[in-house]
Amino acid sequence: MNVRFLVNGEPVELDVPGMRRLLDVLREDLGLSGTKEGCGEGECGACSVILDSAVVDACLVPICQVDGHTVRTVEGLAPAAARGRTRHGAEVGSLDDLQQAFLETGGAQCGICTPGMLMAARAYLDDGGAADEEAIRTAIAGNLCRCTGYTKIVEAIARVANPGSMGDRG
Amino acid sequence: MAVEPPVESPRTLAEAFELMATEPPARPIAGGTDVMVQLAGEIGEPPERLVDLWRVDGLRGISLEPRALSIGALTTYTQLRRSALVAEVAPALVEAAATIGAAQIQNRGTVGGNLGNASPAGDTLPVLLALDAEVVAGSARGERSIPIGSFFAGYRRTALTPDELILRVRIPIVPGREARFRKVGTRRAQAISKVVLAVAWRADGSAAGAGGAGGGSWRGVRVALGSVAPTPIRASAAEAVLEGASPTPETADRAAEALAAQISPIDDVRSTAGYRRLVAARVLHRLIRDAGAW
Repeated sequence: MNVRFLVNGEPVELDVPGMRRLLDVLREDLGLSGTKEGCGEGECGACSVILDSAVVDACLVPICQVDGHTVRTVEGLAPAAARGRTRHGAEVGSLDDLQQAFLETGGAQCGICTPGMLMAARAYLDDGGAADEEAIRTAIAGNLCRCTGYTKIVEAIARVANPGSMGDRG
Repeated sequence: MAVEPPVESPRTLAEAFELMATEPPARPIAGGTDVMVQLAGEIGEPPERLVDLWRVDGLRGISLEPRALSIGALTTYTQLRRSALVAEVAPALVEAAATIGAAQIQNRGTVGGNLGNASPAGDTLPVLLALDAEVVAGSARGERSIPIGSFFAGYRRTALTPDELILRVRIPIVPGREARFRKVGTRRAQAISKVVLAVAWRADGSAAGAGGAGGGSWRGVRVALGSVAPTPIRASAAEAVLEGASPTPETADRAAEALAAQISPIDDVRSTAGYRRLVAARVLHRLIRDAGAW
């Protein structure tokens, strides 16, 4: 079927099977490999993207349900002004505040969960989420990380939610 | 790459009914949190075709009828959690929605999907059983109301005919009704239940305090469980013990015992039969204790 939607602010139009996973369309059809596949069944959150304003697992969304909607992936986090002109993506060295905070706190280690973790956190912050440890942990409860023990991730998100809380443990 | 069967995306209920009535039989898909997993994991035979309901606005919305709360089949768990109406009429359903998956699943999974998938572990299902909900189903032939007690026909099977869709679920408004929900899983988020339990009752008598606490006797008692049988079930033996009784320690002991004797859970990857039996009885005991405030 013919689907049209916005990815990181840019319109795309594709002819793909309607049941193709949004994850496969992003990675295979659009070459946006920032979004990772972990479990492929909605358990790990590695493929989290923002559909309209809600965080979703891209492995569980058929593309037919994305037609006419808006998708944000990790490639779209960095401010457009700071980006190079690659078709959809950002260049290294132009991070947004959340990515920067992950970098500075050690919230990103091996990196496989990071794109999904960033998108879950971004959705939480865009929804007005505060620098509250319980609330942040709930917001990223659908994202598994096997490196950090989550403490540094929570700290990074809290830092962006409330720049005054940098000294807190998260 | 996962299996990609053909799919059609109707805009209206009439179109959806027509597609559901067409051969070969179609599997409806709403938020995809079950269907997509089954396709990706090659669990069971993939459907020959799918009908995507996501654009059918006639299946959305939460509204108050004169004597019931009506919840559209496409209502997501996030919408349940944010609804003032649901919080007022069926707070236990809000609690159940909050325990399902995490944000990603709650933003996509729906009440209609939880019912249609008919997993014995569906977390909203014991609540809907305890609240005497009705499932309103529809097809090109018309609408009918199915009491939730006769909706689950067997393991992952429902009373729906192949051409029928779940339109909405109706929860009767019962003055003075209390309900409690408890889920036991490996962790708070992203866990499929080992045991899930909901209890509802009306408290009679002057001893009943705020929130139904205290020694008033219980009427219209419902005890419903998930993950302990091939379908979500009512625990009639425990209900019989509790009906007309006050939430005393003796009542709690007898009800817990009756529950443990009635259910026949199984060992599986998530838990064991023995653990489930023990925990189900224990959770019921504690809910009665909390209600009795002792």
